[in-house]
Amino acid sequence: MAEKSIILYYSSNYAIWTSKLLHKRGMYHKLIPVPRHLSSDCGYCVEVRTEDVPIIEGLLKEYGVEYERIEMM
Amino acid sequence: MTSSSLRNDNLIYFDNAATSFPKPPTVMEEMMKFMKSIGGNPSRSAHSMSVEASNIVFEARTKLAELFGVKNPMRVIMCFNATDALNLAIQGLLTEGDHAIMTSMEHNSVARPLKELEKRNKIKITVVKASNKGIVASEDIARAIIDTTKLVVVNHGSNVFGVVQQIEEIGKVCRTANVPLLVDASQTAGVIPIDVGSDNIDLLAFTGHKALGGPPGTGGLIISDNFDHSTLRPLRFGGTGSYSDKTYQPTFIPDMFESGTLNTVGIAGLLGGIDFLEKYGGIQKVYAHKKKLTKYFYNAARDNIRKIKFYIEPEICETGVVSFNIEGMEPSLVAQKLSDEYGIMARAGLHCAPMAHQTMGTFPRGTLRFSFGIFNTEKEIDRAVDALATISKG
Repeated sequence: MAEKSIILYYSSNYAIWTSKLLHKRGMYHKLIPVPRHLSSDCGYCVEVRTEDVPIIEGLLKEYGVEYERIEMM
Repeated sequence: MTSSSLRNDNLIYFDNAATSFPKPPTVMEEMMKFMKSIGGNPSRSAHSMSVEASNIVFEARTKLAELFGVKNPMRVIMCFNATDALNLAIQGLLTEGDHAIMTSMEHNSVARPLKELEKRNKIKITVVKASNKGIVASEDIARAIIDTTKLVVVNHGSNVFGVVQQIEEIGKVCRTANVPLLVDASQTAGVIPIDVGSDNIDLLAFTGHKALGGPPGTGGLIISDNFDHSTLRPLRFGGTGSYSDKTYQPTFIPDMFESGTLNTVGIAGLLGGIDFLEKYGGIQKVYAHKKKLTKYFYNAARDNIRKIKFYIEPEICETGVVSFNIEGMEPSLVAQKLSDEYGIMARAGLHCAPMAHQTMGTFPRGTLRFSFGIFNTEKEIDRAVDALATISKG
């Protein structure tokens, strides 16, 4: 099974934006509740494949999608 | 579809500058869909109903960003109407000792928040007077700018006379002077193309329930891509679904300006309105239809109503908003007769824009206003002209 990473955001609005960008490109992603041990936020974050992280980082930078950090699970 | 087809009666609705009617069928469909099967609170939970609601809000932001020429959809701040957005911009930007400029064509949604700050001895205001055609010269704006000027506010399209300001020219003046420009696009959003980037607009207030066809309770503030949003203070503070461990307001957009639950069902309806406009043929077609009806009304009225008085020529009447009077008759009385005896809905008086009426010499009596929408027809105008012709003889 592929390793997963989680993108954490300041605002869930940016998680939705990420989801739309990844959906458009057919890339694996899943909106999930923010794991409590990572953040106290009550919104959601995006689970992605770790191998896709470099491409996704580039994509988020290109569109100006702000995020807090990416954690490997 | 005509303005009376939804009500299934013979009424004619010529008050689209107040709020558009009827709303496109897609507006009702999207609102019903939201209420029946989506219903979640966006950005608050990770369950599918909340995510679906978030998707709708995001889609609306994306469409509005495209419509107004802003690259980052998070710079579309959802508000409850244009007045709400204007208050956020005016009260959020100005601080004690600042000077602000507005034009003499402003609606009270701009004049009152500014005058309130002036009354509290916080700011000073200069009102730049428009010509007797309702047009503001960009040179006059330039002359009014002083060292302490922190904001220029301009009404894009008059809600009384339908004249449109040369916003691009005013934008250049503000950019040169490095003063933020706030534009009130209540009457032009969805009628006149606006690009906040090329028009040099820093902040744009729009409403969703007029030409965009959405329901009341929708609107927003567009913060242009290059404007530093941290210079704007929120109007409301509270829960945002983010930074939940902190009791301080977040400092990122759009959350910092969107405390409390959004009008999600309204935003779903607004999205339906924008979708309808796209299928209808876009803003250019809306503009062409309103312009055609305006010219048709001017010609028919001048041919058939002896005592009619217009205040500007149809060439500069751009947004389907036409003000006139029947000489010797009170506009409110004419409006009442139109409603009671002919089933024609029109608005009389000062239209919440006393300064615009003073500028055009129609204060304090005011005018009678017809404001045409995309569902109005020439046949409806014929009926209204016949009615006015009869009333004017009375």
